[in-house]
Amino acid sequence: MSALLVTQPGPQTTVQDLGRTGAQAYGVPVCGALDPVALRLANALVGNDPGAAALECRLIGPAFTVEEAPVRIALAGAEAAIDVTRGDETRSYPAWRAIDVPAGAGVRIGPLRGSGTAVLAVTGGVEVPAVLNSRATDLKGGFGGLDGRALKAGDRLPIGAGTLGSPCLELPHPPALGFDGALRVVLGPQDDAFTEAGLATFLGSAYRVSREADRMGIRLEGAPLAFRTSADITSDGITTGAIQVPGSGLPIVLLADHQTVGGYAKIATVISADLPHAGRLLPGAEIRFQAVGIAEAEAARRALEREILGLIASMTPVRAAAEIDLAALYSANLISGAVSACDLD
Amino acid sequence: MVATFSPDGNRLDRLARFLCVGDTAFAIEFGTGIDPVLNARVHRAAALIREAAMAGVVETVPSFRSLLVHYDPLATSAAALREAMGEIDLGEAVVSAPERVWVIPALYGGEAGPDLEEVASATGLSPEEVVSRHAGTLFRVYVQGFLPGFAYLGVLPPELELPRLATPRVRVPPGSVAIAQRMSGIYPVESPGGWRLIGNTPLRLFDAGWTPPTLFAPGDGVRFRPVDAGEHAAIRAAVARGDYAPEQEAGR
Repeated sequence: MSALLVTQPGPQTTVQDLGRTGAQAYGVPVCGALDPVALRLANALVGNDPGAAALECRLIGPAFTVEEAPVRIALAGAEAAIDVTRGDETRSYPAWRAIDVPAGAGVRIGPLRGSGTAVLAVTGGVEVPAVLNSRATDLKGGFGGLDGRALKAGDRLPIGAGTLGSPCLELPHPPALGFDGALRVVLGPQDDAFTEAGLATFLGSAYRVSREADRMGIRLEGAPLAFRTSADITSDGITTGAIQVPGSGLPIVLLADHQTVGGYAKIATVISADLPHAGRLLPGAEIRFQAVGIAEAEAARRALEREILGLIASMTPVRAAAEIDLAALYSANLISGAVSACDLD
Repeated sequence: MVATFSPDGNRLDRLARFLCVGDTAFAIEFGTGIDPVLNARVHRAAALIREAAMAGVVETVPSFRSLLVHYDPLATSAAALREAMGEIDLGEAVVSAPERVWVIPALYGGEAGPDLEEVASATGLSPEEVVSRHAGTLFRVYVQGFLPGFAYLGVLPPELELPRLATPRVRVPPGSVAIAQRMSGIYPVESPGGWRLIGNTPLRLFDAGWTPPTLFAPGDGVRFRPVDAGEHAAIRAAVARGDYAPEQEAGR
C-alpha cells in the first residue's frame, strides 16, 4: 500500500470528494470539491470512480514524497508545473495527464494558473476514513478528511489499492478555464426582500471578489443592494451557490462549506453548471450576474454533464516521446519537458 | 367564495408555496415567523417526503417555517417534484407534547456564562431570575443547523428576549448555552458567534461517528438543570470517559 508523505502542504490543501450529503438536516455542511468538474476529470485520468477522495489545492500545490509503492497521479482544474524528482533527476510534467511516480520519488506542484483551485487525484484514492459517508474535510466541524483540517508538513496520506499496469491517460483538449465573468443565477428565494432598484443593481452592475473569499463563500465588493424589507429573515435552508445579502447590502456567494441554515435574505442562487466557475475565482476577479429560469438552468446542467462525459471519453494514452509535437505543445503554452509517458523504469 | 370543507385542504400545495432556490433545490414555505404549528408541518412534510422516496430527491433540510428540498437535476426536475409533492396530504398538524425531554445540566454565569450579568441588567432581572426563567422553560427543538448539531431551542420567555450581540465573538467555547431573540441554543463546537452566553453544558450534542450524529431530534423537548462547578466538572469527566448517559424526563 502506498502513501504520500507531505513535505510542504501548500496554503490550503484538503482532502475532498463530491461532498457529504444526507446529514444537512443535522447541521452538517456538504463540503466537497469547490471545482467538482476538476475532481471528476482528475479521477478519470487515474482510473478512479468520479467521487474518489483527492487533494484539493488552493493557489499552490503541495510537495510530497511517495512511500512504499509507486502511485499514479493527475492534476486537473488549473495549469501548473508538476516536478517529479528521482535521485538527481527532475522532470517536469503538465496538468491534465496521468503521471506514474515511483516509490521514493518526490513530487512538487507549483503555483496554479488559470484558477485558484485544482485537484490532484491518485489511483486508489486518498484513503482517509469515511465520516458520515464522505471523506471530504469539514474544516469548521473539524472532522472528515485528515483529522478535519488542511494538510501540514509531516502528514502521511494512505492511498487505496489500485492497478497501475495500463497506459497513462491524458486529456488532449482540456476545458477552457477562461471565464467571461457572467455567473448565471435563478432569482429567489427572497428576491422580494429587495427593491426593484436593488434587483436592477444586482443584475446590472459588476462585482469584485474581495480578499474575504474561502471555501465557505466569497464576499463581493461593489454597489450595495437596497432592501424593501430587511436583510433578516426567519432562518431557512441554504444551498451551495446561494447569494445571501447581509445588512451591508453587499452580496456573498456561498460555496461548498456554507452553513446549512441561515438568517440573511438570499436574492438568488448561482446555477449548478456555473458553480465550478465560482469555485475557481480569485480575489480581484470581476463578475456579473445574469438571471435565467429554472428550466434553462437544468438544461445548462445537463449540457455540462454531456461536456464532462465527452471530455472523459476523449482521454487517450499519453503519446510516446517520439510522437510528441513539441511545436504544438509550446504553442498551447504548456510546460516544456513533458517528454515521457510512464517513468517507472 | 364561501369557505367550505375541502377534502384536499391539507394537501401540501394548499398549505405551502414553492420558492425557487436554483436548479438543485427548492423551498416549501408554510408561512412566516417562528410558530410551533408551522414547524410541525415542516417536519411532517420532511417525514412524508422521505417515506415517498421520490427519484432524484437528495435530502431535505427542515427549518422554522420551510423545508428545503435538495434534488439532482440530472435525475428529475423541479417541476416534476413540485407536482408530485404538491399532492402529499399532510393531515392535521397537531402539536403534541414532546415524546422525550432531555435534561441538560448547565453551569450558569461566571466564565461559563460571561453574558449572564449583562442579560440581567438589560432585562431588569437579577441573574438568579434569568437562570430560573431559562431553566424553568420547556424548550422544543425547532431546527438543527448553522453548525453541526447546533439546535435552535424555542421559545424563550418574552422577558429574556434580546437582540444578538452587536459585535459577534470570534471564539465561542463548545458547550456554551446561549440566547438570542426568541431562541436558546448550545454551541456544539468552537465557533464564532453573536448569541449571548449565559452558561455551559459539559454534554456532547454532536459526534460525526454517531448514527444519527446528533443527540437531539426535531420536536424533542429540552430542559436545562442548573448545576454547580463541581457537578459540571464531574459530568465533563464522565463524558470524556464515555461514561455518561444523558438524562431524560418521562415524556407525556
